[in-house]
Amino acid sequence: MSTSRGGLLGTGRPVIQVQDLSVPRGGKERARVEQLFLQDDEILAVMGPNGAGKSSLLLAIALLIPASWSSYRLLGRDIRAENLLNVRRSMAVVFQDPLLLDTTVRDNVLMGLLMRGVLRDEAEERARHWLDKLGVGHLAARKARTLSGGEAHRTSLARAFALEPAVLLLDEPFSSLDVVSRVSLMKEVRPLLRQTSTSAIFVTHDFTEAAMVADRVMVMESGVIVQQGTPKQVLASPATPLVAALVEFGRVMASMLGQ
Amino acid sequence: MLLHGDAELWRVTLLTLRLSGTATLVSLAIGVPLGVFLGLARFRGRSLVVSATNAGMGLPPVVVGVAVSLLLWRSGPAGALGLMYTPGAIVFAQCIIALPQVIGLTMAGVMQLDPRLALQIVALGASPAQLYMLLVREARLGILAAVMAGFGAVVSEVGASMMVGGNITGQTRVLTTAIVLEVNKGNFDVAIALSLVLMLLAYGVTAVLTVLQQKGRHV
Repeated sequence: MSTSRGGLLGTGRPVIQVQDLSVPRGGKERARVEQLFLQDDEILAVMGPNGAGKSSLLLAIALLIPASWSSYRLLGRDIRAENLLNVRRSMAVVFQDPLLLDTTVRDNVLMGLLMRGVLRDEAEERARHWLDKLGVGHLAARKARTLSGGEAHRTSLARAFALEPAVLLLDEPFSSLDVVSRVSLMKEVRPLLRQTSTSAIFVTHDFTEAAMVADRVMVMESGVIVQQGTPKQVLASPATPLVAALVEFGRVMASMLGQ
Repeated sequence: MLLHGDAELWRVTLLTLRLSGTATLVSLAIGVPLGVFLGLARFRGRSLVVSATNAGMGLPPVVVGVAVSLLLWRSGPAGALGLMYTPGAIVFAQCIIALPQVIGLTMAGVMQLDPRLALQIVALGASPAQLYMLLVREARLGILAAVMAGFGAVVSEVGASMMVGGNITGQTRVLTTAIVLEVNKGNFDVAIALSLVLMLLAYGVTAVLTVLQQKGRHV
């Protein structure tokens, strides 16, 4: 692993610390990471081409697929088999597709809150607040399946933010959107994460997205980390030809978008 | 007879509804969890279980009657329970008939859901019980189809009820077995009347479930 960490370890309180994480999927190892950390309030982008193991890594961190590690600490506490449910309840995950349940927009946001034991009144209040914040408050009574793609993504984000997670995990949350909705949503997500002091790990194959949203970029290739650094550092000295290609493509896109 | 609300007719109809209803409910209690599990789980031998379930959906009721008779017969393995020729024996046999329908259709309903939906529900913080409830809710159209198919199969079967129930007046006589008896006696008018009641019952229950199923499909 050739890394250029350059003082990135910082002094902030770690939210996530994982050592020797290995993620098997479909009979082979999809991701192997010696060390992964996420600081308080930090937004980390995991970038890489399709099949690099980014999503497997994210789902393993979310404790949604089987994985092994020598140590995994969340908010300073070791994760064990008997507290998996509680640990999951301190995180939220946004998938590539909105994956809304077949009910109203409001109930979709309420569901997770009620399952986590938030009282009805507070849950209603938080659902209203976050649906408004993501600009879909007026759709609260609508059936989720009648929403447009962009509205469904906003609902899915509202559902995750309403849970007020310690860590928000986003798996290519904008990649199935058209360019206009994508850019407008990307521009909203970073301020929302900042305002709520939410730490986040954000998977993308797009360097522009990573640069717009994240404080730090971790690049993966064939299941391993090949580079880590701020978006500027990665842009200045890509560690492998593939990283260079991803960054170059991002740069062209960014100039076209006028970023 | 229909117009005057014959007491015996009412009794047979209510017993039919009660026995087939109970059998359907029991098969749902067992079959829906199994169907959800089969729809989600990946394990060695799964396709074998699935094909056995699908084959079971075409299981002839009369064969179930033979198997249950052998089991419940006084000298059989479960003979000590004294269930032969009781309403309980009919419910038991009808459960076996309905179960593959319920498992198969529930499984099909769950498999139509996005495979990542279960992951999303777990990620929202669902306990295993909450996950199960939400998946059943999402697959409710398929599960209502399972209820209709299960009830339809047991309310209309005659072979098993006749064999394990014995068609005893006031105890195990249900609509289908009564119809067979009346035809054998040459009472076609009564047989026709009973047939109409059976069709109304089957249609009525299916109609209610269909309304439930279609409600919410349109926005």
